[in-house]
Amino acid sequence: MSETIISVKNLVKIYKMGDVEVHALRGVNLDIHKGDFVAIMGKSGSGKSTFMNIIGCLDVPTRGNYLLDGVDIRSLTKDQLATLRNKKIGFVFQSFNLLARTTALENVELPLMYNHKVSSREMQERSIKALEDVGLSDRSEHLPNQLSGGEQQRVAIARSLVNDPVVILADEPTGNLDTRTSLEVMAIFQDLNKRGITIVIVTHESDIATFTKRNVTFRDGRIIRSVENEKPRNAKEELALMPVTNMEDDL
Amino acid sequence: MKVKNLLKAAIRSLAKNKMRTFLTMLGIIIGVASVITMLAIGQGSRESIQSQISSLGTNVMMIWPSASSTGGVRMEAGTSQRMTLDDAKAVAERCPSIMYLTPKVRTSGQMVVGSSNWRTSVFGVYPEYFDIRNLKIESGNCFTMNDDRSAAKVCVAGQTVVTNLFGENADAVGRYIRINKIPFKILGIIEKKGQNAFGQDQDDIVLAPFSTVQKRMLTITYIQSMLASAKSEALIPQATEEITEVLKTRHRLGPSEDPDFTIRTQSDIANTATATSRIMTILLASIASISLLVGGIGIMNIMLVSVTERTREIGIRMSVGARGRDVLLQFLIEALLISLIGGLIGIGLGMFVSQIVANLMSWPVTITVQSIFMSFVFSSAIGIFFGWYPARKAARLNPIDALRYE
Repeated sequence: MSETIISVKNLVKIYKMGDVEVHALRGVNLDIHKGDFVAIMGKSGSGKSTFMNIIGCLDVPTRGNYLLDGVDIRSLTKDQLATLRNKKIGFVFQSFNLLARTTALENVELPLMYNHKVSSREMQERSIKALEDVGLSDRSEHLPNQLSGGEQQRVAIARSLVNDPVVILADEPTGNLDTRTSLEVMAIFQDLNKRGITIVIVTHESDIATFTKRNVTFRDGRIIRSVENEKPRNAKEELALMPVTNMEDDL
Repeated sequence: MKVKNLLKAAIRSLAKNKMRTFLTMLGIIIGVASVITMLAIGQGSRESIQSQISSLGTNVMMIWPSASSTGGVRMEAGTSQRMTLDDAKAVAERCPSIMYLTPKVRTSGQMVVGSSNWRTSVFGVYPEYFDIRNLKIESGNCFTMNDDRSAAKVCVAGQTVVTNLFGENADAVGRYIRINKIPFKILGIIEKKGQNAFGQDQDDIVLAPFSTVQKRMLTITYIQSMLASAKSEALIPQATEEITEVLKTRHRLGPSEDPDFTIRTQSDIANTATATSRIMTILLASIASISLLVGGIGIMNIMLVSVTERTREIGIRMSVGARGRDVLLQFLIEALLISLIGGLIGIGLGMFVSQIVANLMSWPVTITVQSIFMSFVFSSAIGIFFGWYPARKAARLNPIDALRYE
């Protein structure tokens, strides 16, 4: 077995809403290894988003252990968690979450700005490289509102991989996209995964999950199913087969 | 985050809302400009009072006899008749710290030239009076000690007197005026001095030899006061001691007895006058500071709005690894930039307005380096003080809530 990147044991998260206790996670165990491509599925309220927030170091568990790349995050302060996010995690969100009125390149540079060890020149070189990886090197000076949804999400993916993270966490990355651009995004994820980057995506579309290597299903704060995907679909091939739709043809 | 990147981010977000940034800045600009202007006016008037007083001579000393008392009823200061010309001569001879000394008597007289008449003060003094008071003769000559010995009926006149008696720009040298029905020959005209710090016209005066005024006009045997100048300003305390000793000995007063005279120096008067204008300056500046304070509250208000508006941006920054202090610094620098740039523009505007005040109202204004420095420091302090709370609010946001914020 290859190196374990995310190791979760008996993870419990309880939110207190006044007097009522909400059990979002009731004892979750999961190991994710290097090079994995995991889809986390489940209905809303099943605890998958809470789980993502915790493994993304945005939130801390009430009980249980979580080792990220060998680091026990329970012993860390808020600032140390921020540094950990900066060095080891890349986020992709459903609503892209790019900085408005800031060029694509500068959006990609953002994580490196909070890393003191990266020089301005290195920052720029790495950001241009990341934009090339998602096929947007010609759009580096464009503002988010000059880009399509798919392009914005690709900028967000470039931002998530610019800091060489151990894992990219994507929360419903295709939720705001149509079928074709969803395929494009999945093709990029598959590409990155082939290069050895570990990816975890949260999705409620079982269709999207078929492109990943492993599907984990949540219900009521527990994992009810974890299956290996024997034969993941290839997004690039399917994209090539898809007819190029044209508005004028439809009309 | 590096300082360069922080500055870049701050400038960008300020540039996004140009109008709002400008209006927020305006509060600081007006505040700083009014502080600068008020301080400039205050400082200017203080300096002009000071220079007018010192133009009278900073080392000038006045010696007055004390109040007389008749049967226990004390009269006003200077009414005692115990000071004599011999006292003045003794002080002049025996006080090495004194440069010039003149006895002084004063009366007022109705002066008549042809059909014009005018009432003003007549001082009886020695020619040394001119050295002590820094007076100069513009045309003609001054009277001499010979005139004093013979109690000659000669005088020098100030410009206001000449104008009122002979008309504008008239040459009065060598002509006669009748003061209280005694004809005086005008030997010279005193150079124009203008108003003094207290608004008195210093040119409305006639000076005549001491004994002429004492004997012919007042017919008294004592002197009303003495005017002396110390050899330097630093020697004034020593000169005061010397005069006290000489006069006490001559008046047969023991060392423990109160002197029967008062010595006042010009710097006493100067201190009083400048203290008054200092209070005025502080008052003006504190009113102006209130507007600076209001400007600061404006910054705080806008920064709070900005934090709410940009909650999502804060969430994004935190998710990619911004620590609390990175976010704090970013917002603090924005507030600081508003107040610093506003402060600099305010200083410029303040200097400009001061110049306009100086030109239009012909008030004396002086802009000091301290007032500029102070405004600069004060406005940046306001930026930090009022930017702190919104910045801390931003830094304490929970990244998950911030990311979800609509």
